[in-house]
Amino acid sequence: MPPEERQLLLDASAIERTLHRMAQDIVRQTPDPALLVLIGVQRRGVEIAARLAAIVAREAHVDVPRGQMDITLYRDDLEVVGPRPLVGPTELPVALDGRLAWIVDDVLFSGRTVRAALDQLADFGRPARIGLAVLIDRGGRELPIQADVVGERVATAPGDRVDVFVRELDGRDAVEIVRGAKGKA
Amino acid sequence: MSAGRLGKDLLGLEHLSADDIRLILDTAEPFKEISERAIKKVPVLRGKTIVNLFFEASTRTRVSFEFAEKRLSADTVNVAAAGSSVSKGETLVDTARNLEAMRIDMVVMRHGASGAAKFLADRIKSNVINAGDGKHEHPTQGLLDLLTIRDHRPIEGTRVCIVGDVLHSRVARSNIWGLLKLGAEVAVCGPQTLLPMGIEQLGVKVFRRVEEAIEWAAVLNVLRLQLERMQAGYVPSVREYYRVFGVTLERLERAPRELLILHPGPMNRGVEIDSRVADGPHSVILNQVTNGVAVRMAVLYLLAGGRPELAESAKGAPER
Amino acid sequence: MADVLLVDGKVNAVSPNLAARGDAEVLDAAGCVVAPGFVDLHVHLREPGREDVETIATGARAAVAGGFTSVCAMPNTDPVTDNQAAAGFIVSQARRAATARVYPIGAVSLGQKGEQLAEFGELVAAGAVGVSDDGHPVATAHLMRTALEYALSFGIPVIDHCEDVSLSAGGSMHEGLVSTRLGLKGIPRAAEDVIVARDLQLAELTGGHLHCAHVSTAGAVAMIRAAKARGVRVTAEVTPHHLALTDAACEAYETNAKMNPPLREPGDLEAVRAALADGTIDCIATDHAPHHYDAKEQEFDNAPFGVVGLETALGVAITELVETRVLSLAQLVRCLATRPAEVAHLPAGTLAPGAPADVVVFDPAAAWTVDPARFFSKSRNTPFAGRTLRGLVRWTIVGGGVVHRGESAAAR
Repeated sequence: MPPEERQLLLDASAIERTLHRMAQDIVRQTPDPALLVLIGVQRRGVEIAARLAAIVAREAHVDVPRGQMDITLYRDDLEVVGPRPLVGPTELPVALDGRLAWIVDDVLFSGRTVRAALDQLADFGRPARIGLAVLIDRGGRELPIQADVVGERVATAPGDRVDVFVRELDGRDAVEIVRGAKGKA
Repeated sequence: MSAGRLGKDLLGLEHLSADDIRLILDTAEPFKEISERAIKKVPVLRGKTIVNLFFEASTRTRVSFEFAEKRLSADTVNVAAAGSSVSKGETLVDTARNLEAMRIDMVVMRHGASGAAKFLADRIKSNVINAGDGKHEHPTQGLLDLLTIRDHRPIEGTRVCIVGDVLHSRVARSNIWGLLKLGAEVAVCGPQTLLPMGIEQLGVKVFRRVEEAIEWAAVLNVLRLQLERMQAGYVPSVREYYRVFGVTLERLERAPRELLILHPGPMNRGVEIDSRVADGPHSVILNQVTNGVAVRMAVLYLLAGGRPELAESAKGAPER
Repeated sequence: MADVLLVDGKVNAVSPNLAARGDAEVLDAAGCVVAPGFVDLHVHLREPGREDVETIATGARAAVAGGFTSVCAMPNTDPVTDNQAAAGFIVSQARRAATARVYPIGAVSLGQKGEQLAEFGELVAAGAVGVSDDGHPVATAHLMRTALEYALSFGIPVIDHCEDVSLSAGGSMHEGLVSTRLGLKGIPRAAEDVIVARDLQLAELTGGHLHCAHVSTAGAVAMIRAAKARGVRVTAEVTPHHLALTDAACEAYETNAKMNPPLREPGDLEAVRAALADGTIDCIATDHAPHHYDAKEQEFDNAPFGVVGLETALGVAITELVETRVLSLAQLVRCLATRPAEVAHLPAGTLAPGAPADVVVFDPAAAWTVDPARFFSKSRNTPFAGRTLRGLVRWTIVGGGVVHRGESAAAR
């Protein structure tokens, strides 16, 4: 078996710059920052949402509330893949009604995670508007879903894997591509 | 891979591994949160048909399962088959085949004969969840008892005593298996007429007086004394049972530590347990009820879905 | 090593190098054992009343397939064999079937109700060789005493199914760790021992012949051994399943391991094996109990007690007793043929010249797999399905006629 071909896409400082740019994009697209709420999708979307919230809070001089969601129970592939362990809590500290909510995730691929997140959010309330911010958009959409704010676009083949590492969980910041690896199990 | 991680059925705790039990308890934790939401529903079992097949009357267990199923968006049907299948005229075999012909996805069954859940599970392809079979096991009750204890202290090393009619109790058996596997120290207490033969061989201590049990334990799980036992001559009278084995406030006040009190319900107040204990600060009886829904949601979730052959072809398919 | 000559339905000679006469059929028994046809003191043939699960004809055919040339049919039929007409019916049905010899066992009490003594004299005259209320214990000590005393006039044994029903009520398997784990009500050893003790006292008191059916506990064995040493006229039998299995066979709620008395613990298994070897237990008897497939296909509590045994007895006995050196082949033949014939005073169990030509030829080494679908019995409820046993009947001869030809080991 050929060894995995691992390629560094973004190092720690590149990620830092990208997050800054994303935060500015969010602020630019938000008429009233006081209504913002950033909701990270478990797992690494949560850390990214935290960092974005901190930057946005500095830029716009407002408190930015943060939530987190485990979308496992809203997946559309339970029949095929079977039950998976739930990876983390779902907590939304503020009411969503009337707010400008942003779903934050690390990688956008088929779009099914975002679809599940939208379904789950709908059970919690009715934001005035929902935006999507992702660190990496790797193409390969299976649903008509697009991000409003994208950190980096990368062209990938179906057999590739994009790994995002965050220092809070993995001890380092990095985005790597593994070419030709089997899809995530 | 977690497709069919627990197998097709949940028949009891005796043959589950400690890891499996911990998986169910860990999965139940986030399900607790769903019951606190305004919209108490997630779409996980949308489109699945579940039959609650109860050959023995039970309100609380059936309702608990029904809430669990509906909160997972499943379609539920309740079948109350009064009396034994023999007296009804339809055998359990026929019941099984009829359910299978209707393409039911899951069956939750309570039945008066030990082994009935396995009997059904061996004959139909649907998932079977044992909601109590005779005197054999009541696994979801055992699991929710474990979860309730775990809410307050780690199970490993904790001393738990089951008090009452252990001989006729499926709740006791499931509890014993679950507690032993997770490393608790387990004891039973009751008149010898109500303790099953060979219980010590399972590694369970035996106390013949409830004062000794209270002295030893950190947790008491108090079982209901069914009034039929007096008629069958196991215990001379209710009065005597309460005097000798009742979990009373006075006895608990003399305990060396603060005990956690569990009871699977329904309670015979003034027989096996004092009202002041059942309603007191150390009683977690109502938590058991809340945890019951979460545990049952976790079990349904873990048994449902997952056709491994589709998972094979789906490997390499994008998951985002 | 010898030849056996059968002439006109009787054993003529047993010695090496006999000559065949005229058009006699010659059976090549090389590698096999030639023994007196086996005698089963305890079978349930279900006719009259439950011909759907077995008839005298199918039961007798199953018997010869298992090497049994004589069987004793228990009276718990419908109607009960408590009168001469019923006993005569069994004899004539057996004659029509023309395979194994079937001797009726009469009831101890009318209708097996445990109240009034049946007419032992009439029953014996019609062909009964013993009396029993099997299915139930003899109901009271007084009735048992009376039966033992009255039976003395006819030289027949009183066969008791020893069970105290107040101790066993509601139970479906042996009371022990397995029943605790399975959540099933147990039948304690004491339920059997209590009545064995009672019956031994009464046999001693009366001098009557007590035969203990299907002994299963170490306690019963010990009491019988002591009683025999004191000179009490007691004999005993044990089933093949009690010589092979323990209560572990009931795991997974296997209803084909449910019988009464139940399968016990390893200590009891050891005790009954040792008892058979030292003669405390006199013989093997199958307690062949056919049941309908649907009846056994139920929750364990609701399934009826009993398993068939005629066609697996030899295989189980050789595999579990001879191959383990608990018994020699010669001792086994004694337990299967000679001793049971002696207990019931039957003209069987011997190849002495002049004896009836009831012979079994079996290959003690042939291996075969138990397939209930191929049983001659109408019923399939065996705990040995799928097991590979050693010991296979090649021919069974009753009254000089071959009534069963087994397949050779190669064909199996």
